[in-house]
Amino acid sequence: MGRMRAGTVAWLQAAPMAFVLLVFLVAPIVMITIVSFWQATEFSIIPAFDFDNYEFLFGSSVTYRVFLNTFKYALITWAFTFVIGFTVAYFLAFHVRTLTWQITLFLLCTIPFWTSNIIRMISWIPFLGRNGIANSALISWGVIDEPLEWLLFSDFAVILAFVHLYTLFMVVPIFNTMMRIDKSLIEAARDAGANGAQILWNVIVPLCKPGIMIGSIFVITLVMGDFITVRFMSGSQSANVGRLISNDIALLQYPSAAATAVVLLLTVLIVIAIMLRFVDIRKEL
Amino acid sequence: MKTTKISRRGVLKGGAAFAAGSTLGAPMIWAQNIKDVTLRQFGTGVSNLNEVGQKVKEDLGFTLEMTALDTDSVTQRAATQPNSFDIADIEYFICKKVWPAGNLQAMDTSKIKNYDKIVGIFRDGKLTPESTIAQGTAPHTVGFTSGPDGTDFVQEESGWMTLIPTIYNADTLGIRPDLIGRPIKNWSELLNPEFKGKASILDISSIGIMDMAMVIESMGEHTYGDKGNMTKDEIDMTLAIFTEAKKAGQFRAFWKSFDESVNLMASGEVVIQSMWSPAITAVKSKGIECVYQPLEEGYRSWGGGIGLSKALTGLERDAAYEYINWYLDGWVGGFLMRQGYYSAVPETSKNYMSENEWGYWFEGKEATDVITSPFGDPLAQVGEMRDGGSFEQRMGSVACWNSVMDQNQYMVRKWNEFIAA
Repeated sequence: MGRMRAGTVAWLQAAPMAFVLLVFLVAPIVMITIVSFWQATEFSIIPAFDFDNYEFLFGSSVTYRVFLNTFKYALITWAFTFVIGFTVAYFLAFHVRTLTWQITLFLLCTIPFWTSNIIRMISWIPFLGRNGIANSALISWGVIDEPLEWLLFSDFAVILAFVHLYTLFMVVPIFNTMMRIDKSLIEAARDAGANGAQILWNVIVPLCKPGIMIGSIFVITLVMGDFITVRFMSGSQSANVGRLISNDIALLQYPSAAATAVVLLLTVLIVIAIMLRFVDIRKEL
Repeated sequence: MKTTKISRRGVLKGGAAFAAGSTLGAPMIWAQNIKDVTLRQFGTGVSNLNEVGQKVKEDLGFTLEMTALDTDSVTQRAATQPNSFDIADIEYFICKKVWPAGNLQAMDTSKIKNYDKIVGIFRDGKLTPESTIAQGTAPHTVGFTSGPDGTDFVQEESGWMTLIPTIYNADTLGIRPDLIGRPIKNWSELLNPEFKGKASILDISSIGIMDMAMVIESMGEHTYGDKGNMTKDEIDMTLAIFTEAKKAGQFRAFWKSFDESVNLMASGEVVIQSMWSPAITAVKSKGIECVYQPLEEGYRSWGGGIGLSKALTGLERDAAYEYINWYLDGWVGGFLMRQGYYSAVPETSKNYMSENEWGYWFEGKEATDVITSPFGDPLAQVGEMRDGGSFEQRMGSVACWNSVMDQNQYMVRKWNEFIAA
């Protein structure tokens, strides 16, 4: 074999990854975008180029309500996962002294993830039900007289499941950035007279920003793209954009599903773009 | 001298070429006899039972692979993936949707041994000569086509069937009598504020809308021209009433799969809901009281049948006909009737049921001995009678058939809004 120019070699080295991305990421998105302009009847899909699907989507008040609902779930879930995730990571990074214990406790956090998402979610149903463990316990303690109806098949249940499912995605990146913080910085802050809250706010939080941002991107994209948690935990009574898409697919309305998917994709990209304006992940990693 | 080195890349390339060659160039080995035939069947959970597959292997010798899917997925597959199945076990209203797509082939009734014994519902639409035909997609209206290559429907017995009927039943509301404590007689009870937060309806638009129509007629809000084919205004009105009820907290949940309906009922989350017969059986077999309540307005009925893929030819097709004839020969009928369904040729099923079972399930008589499900769970004690009575009583009071409307797409969109509301 002859000697290749360095440029060609670099291109060739990048080629497999580029190929994989092209086939499995770019091509499907292009396909979805194309299909979103097609038309469908109950049993056939007709290639076309018209804006019917988008017109219907933007013309229906349901779309706006559903998108609003999706944002609501994302925002509330983000707030809870952030507070819980940050606290857990802070405890692991700064309160647990030995590396062995840090690793042990960290692995403990991941144990629930050895079972599937859906099983972890569904196991809440018998717990929260009208005659479930939570209600019977509260009644036997005399806290309530009547079972609480809003525990299951409600927004409360949906958000509870989301927080349970996705907090670890917040813990891991924040823990990771916290471990890189040079401990002497904290000592220096203390020597300079800062109290605990000031150290947290002026030293640790700014240095954790990339981790917080990565965690937030994980949580927000996962929640905005979810449909199964919303379906099961709300007893099919609430909808987010994912459910809109899955309903359309179930009813063979692929073009309309594709149009909704394109709008969702753009929305999520815009959200991420806004988030990335606050922190330059690349620079801080 | 030129040295040849075996590089990793070279091995990979060779491997890929070999893999491509062996799959593309593989010689087609045709089955020598029917024993080697494998037929792929898919359908809803109701009749896709492993017991049927095992019995086929025993009695006919060939292999039947079964896939159970939910109603929407079944429609989807029948309409879009004709090469993924040999036999489609679908409902008649799905047939109305997918038949015009041309993915199924018409079946020659002269090859069906028990054709003459198939109940009238699937032939001229009449259970008895006097009965009136219910609203909705009555099976006989989509049961026949004009010829071997027809993609239309004809209203007479043309000799070419779209589906061979296999299984059907009359659906109504399921209730928990122990938690309700009073008689339930009308569909309107589903929206009775007494059951606020304890009612459920199924989230399958084409069936759910019919249950809604039964409720609304029962409430005296509106009388539909055809519940199975509503106008846009009727769809709007129907869903508006239910959206209002949903917002007022009438419903605990909506269910989409059979198991969900069983869990909702068995756990006491729900005391009244649209339900399917085997779900009632499943709740009962847990030792929990559950009644498939006959209601004054009648039943919402459905029927299923077997259709053959257009791609099916030769030996596989012969095997499929053999399978159909076996299906109507009684063993499957008996098996299904012991779960509360009806067989298209009830008289052959009788041979495979005890007198007590036949009396209880078909004739609506008191059980003379314990009635058990095919899986051995006791369902009824001596002296108990089937909810709703005999075959004629139940199938004779069908108010409408599961259907697909002319305004289906509009309805689906409105349904989506109802769910999202």
